[in-house]
Amino acid sequence: MNAIAMPGYLEFIVAAFLLFGALVALIGSWGLAKLPDFYTRLHGPTKASTLGVGCILIGSLLFFSHQQGGVSFQEALVTIFLFATAPVSAHMMGKAALRRRLPGVARTRNMPDLSEE
Amino acid sequence: MIDAVVTIAMTLFAVAALLNLYRLAVGPDIVDRILALDTLMINSIALIVLADIRMGLGVLFELALLIALMGFVSTVAMSKYLLRGDVIE
Amino acid sequence: MTPSFRSWQFWLPHPLFSLFLALLWLLMVNDFSVAHALLGLALGVAIPFVTHAFWPEEARIKRPLPLLRYLLVLLVDILRSNLVVALRILRPARHLQPGFFVYPLALDDDFAITILASTISLTPGTVSIHHDAKANTLLVHALHLEDEAEVIATIRQRYEQPLEEIFR
Repeated sequence: MNAIAMPGYLEFIVAAFLLFGALVALIGSWGLAKLPDFYTRLHGPTKASTLGVGCILIGSLLFFSHQQGGVSFQEALVTIFLFATAPVSAHMMGKAALRRRLPGVARTRNMPDLSEE
Repeated sequence: MIDAVVTIAMTLFAVAALLNLYRLAVGPDIVDRILALDTLMINSIALIVLADIRMGLGVLFELALLIALMGFVSTVAMSKYLLRGDVIE
Repeated sequence: MTPSFRSWQFWLPHPLFSLFLALLWLLMVNDFSVAHALLGLALGVAIPFVTHAFWPEEARIKRPLPLLRYLLVLLVDILRSNLVVALRILRPARHLQPGFFVYPLALDDDFAITILASTISLTPGTVSIHHDAKANTLLVHALHLEDEAEVIATIRQRYEQPLEEIFR
């Protein structure tokens, strides 16, 4: 990496953002792989992965703001876009799952009556 | 230090992508596969940004934005197809 | 109804949205020069003018200040909820008690309902799944549901009432 030397505290902040983001996103994907039914799986990616990638983008924003001098807001745009779209796609997928009458795990409370949907 | 951290973060995201691929392969329903693809898209955005930092380019942002757009639109289109049997009403 | 072409509403149907588009353009090109500001403003005027025939009834943001406070609260809650959900995922799945509940809406504006549904999806362990337009309710799935009355009261007091304040 042909990096300009960064001051220690900034390097630390960027590293913290990158590591935290990667960990949170990994937990989100782990949830996607292990949770028992579709409706619970929906939670991992919509929250954890979005926040994880958001943290990575903020880290990258700080890094390039320092490398190139002056603030670059473009990564912030991607972050905002992700946070605005994640609930919408989750909503659509949830609706599609209800429509396909996917069953929840047996202990789900107040499972909606799918037959009349 | 940043170099090492970027390597670690990329490894973690690669593991996350493998977990998504597992869900994509196992299913059991097609909605699960759509969800897996959506998550894969989000994780690949992070991988692209990390590669950008590693190479010190600072130009791959457009790629990240495009993939975010494509991922959102395709997820909504596929869910919509399952809802109605038609993408456009 | 269409305003007459002499009034400013005809040429500038969504002033706030125009400003937003201009700002978005500046952030996209990442170049804060006068030329780009003018180009962004031109786009901000042209795009709503061409497309406003397709827009549903517009929502009016009455008070911008509570909106800012709402966004701050939302940011903190997103962070908090992510930690909660992450911990829930890491613990064994048999400790989870997933469940659905129906949230009766007090809002009636489409845009406000959209924001509330997105907020519910981004905050602690809940994802809004279905909006019943006839009964004006949201079907919400919670990763861990213990006391639904309490969750409903929290959402009402923390998110819905500020939104009512903003859009009314």
